[in-house]
Amino acid sequence: MIIDLSRFIENEKPFWTELETLLDRMERDAAFRMDVRGLKRFHYLYQRASSALSRITDVSSEKNLKIYLESLVGRAFAEIHKQRSRFTFGNPLTWFLRTFPRTVRKHAAALAVSLAITFAGCMFGAFAVSMDPDAKESILPFAHLMGDPAERVAYEESGKTDRLSGHKSSFSSQLIANNTRVSVFAMGLGITWGIGTFILLFSNGVILGAVAADYIMAGQSSFLAGWLLPHGSVEIPCIILAGQAGFVLAGALTDKRRPVSLKQRLRDAGPDIVTLMGGVALLLVWAGFIEAFLSQYHEPVIPYAVKIGFGSVELILLILFILLGGRPTKETAP
Amino acid sequence: MTGQILSRFSIHTPEGVTFSLRLAGPVVRSLAFFTDMAVILTITKIINLFGGFLGVISPDVATAFSVLAYFAVSMGYGFILEWALNGQTLGKRLFRLRVMDAQGLALSFSQVVIRNLLRLVDALPGLYLLGGISLLITRKSQRLGDLAASTIVVWSPPMAQPDLAQILSGKFNSLKEHPHLCARLRQKTSPAEADIALSALIRRETIGPSERVELFSVLSGHFKEKIPFPEEAVFGLSDEQYVRNVADVLFHPVNRLSR
Repeated sequence: MIIDLSRFIENEKPFWTELETLLDRMERDAAFRMDVRGLKRFHYLYQRASSALSRITDVSSEKNLKIYLESLVGRAFAEIHKQRSRFTFGNPLTWFLRTFPRTVRKHAAALAVSLAITFAGCMFGAFAVSMDPDAKESILPFAHLMGDPAERVAYEESGKTDRLSGHKSSFSSQLIANNTRVSVFAMGLGITWGIGTFILLFSNGVILGAVAADYIMAGQSSFLAGWLLPHGSVEIPCIILAGQAGFVLAGALTDKRRPVSLKQRLRDAGPDIVTLMGGVALLLVWAGFIEAFLSQYHEPVIPYAVKIGFGSVELILLILFILLGGRPTKETAP
Repeated sequence: MTGQILSRFSIHTPEGVTFSLRLAGPVVRSLAFFTDMAVILTITKIINLFGGFLGVISPDVATAFSVLAYFAVSMGYGFILEWALNGQTLGKRLFRLRVMDAQGLALSFSQVVIRNLLRLVDALPGLYLLGGISLLITRKSQRLGDLAASTIVVWSPPMAQPDLAQILSGKFNSLKEHPHLCARLRQKTSPAEADIALSALIRRETIGPSERVELFSVLSGHFKEKIPFPEEAVFGLSDEQYVRNVADVLFHPVNRLSR
């Protein structure tokens, strides 16, 4: 069949123009909403354009018209099937206090894997340094950790001047940016079926274990706890939570037990990954602030007992938050 | 994940309609990316200019402000704009690109965030190498962020509705004096042959003079062989005029001029 193309265009063009105008408005203004009558008209225009596309596809390969109609139908199809209401932060406070801890618990297996890998890395790092103290030169990436811990402690504790004076805010902002980047890597490397996330968490654990073993063997446990706990009690769990998000992504890629397509598994996992990363980002702001303004000060400026106490309380609160946050109360339970 | 690389991606709707989207290739995506980088740097410069005033109060706070501003803009630019502009950043809008769900649906917020967060992984080990390789080897030209978020980037070339009036209407068509032959011509001509004639007429001005003569000679020969018209109907017609009349017969079955 060969159709009268010019008459066909002449008849249909007003409907295409109307649909195009509507689509332009929808795409320009995300808050644009139609009433039922408008929606019915929109659906009618979509169906009419679809029908025109079918006719054109069957009878002619006139490229411009086909591309034009495909674009119209494609845009309308996306608008009709869009799911914008599926994920919203809603009330930010409710989201952080309820949705975030619930999401962490929902993926407890991924959290356990993330935690276990970090712990295994710590054990490996500690074992390596305790067996061969020279190994820390290969393991530790930071120059200031290469020396003798006792010398560093003596230097830090004798410091009469504040070495971060005038740089606390910038140091804090750099820590926030850097830690967030590492967390994003821990999540993003989940795309390598979790292998990249595994390597990142394990290597992070190795560094942590090696530093801890080095300072403990040098008899500087108090300094170590006072130095790491205030910010580490939030920062280290954040990396583990980001690793959890990475394993949620890897799980969506590899889990074939559910009878749904890969695309659908990824769509389902997406909101949870974003929630985990959003929570991690907020917690890292706190960790960066504490690291710059508290962790870098040692005795005699701030007693270790205060720093250790502060860090321990943070850690306990964080664990309680993750375990209990967002659980149904007696009033809300079904 | 890999296989034959597609330049178009077809979607079958529940209404039974199939439409295809043109997937954006690495070059046009790179151009959009560099445009976006330029925008990010400009925004950061402007913010730093304002942040410079904070230096009067405290240089430390000014530096912290700059670090966080660059970080926030570079991380947030993609997902804020892609969410607000339905899958487009300024660079993408300039080059007519749009991020879409891989099933043709509209983007969800989590998809926008994930594909943008994974830029850090795509950029590994430098110069977007991982993302670039992924773009080149995946069937739907997806970087790792697109794979994780289940998104594709489509290109909508400038669209113009064909103006057939200029090439087919308002001219006397001697072939239409023989309606029974016209009917046979329409019956025997396939849509593909009809489209070749139409495309040749639409693009005739873009073809070189000698190639144009040769093309229309081949086409008119083909149609003359298919359905021979009487001598008086084709007398004095050039090959190009003959093909124009054939296209007019095929696409304008009702002889409006003769009514």
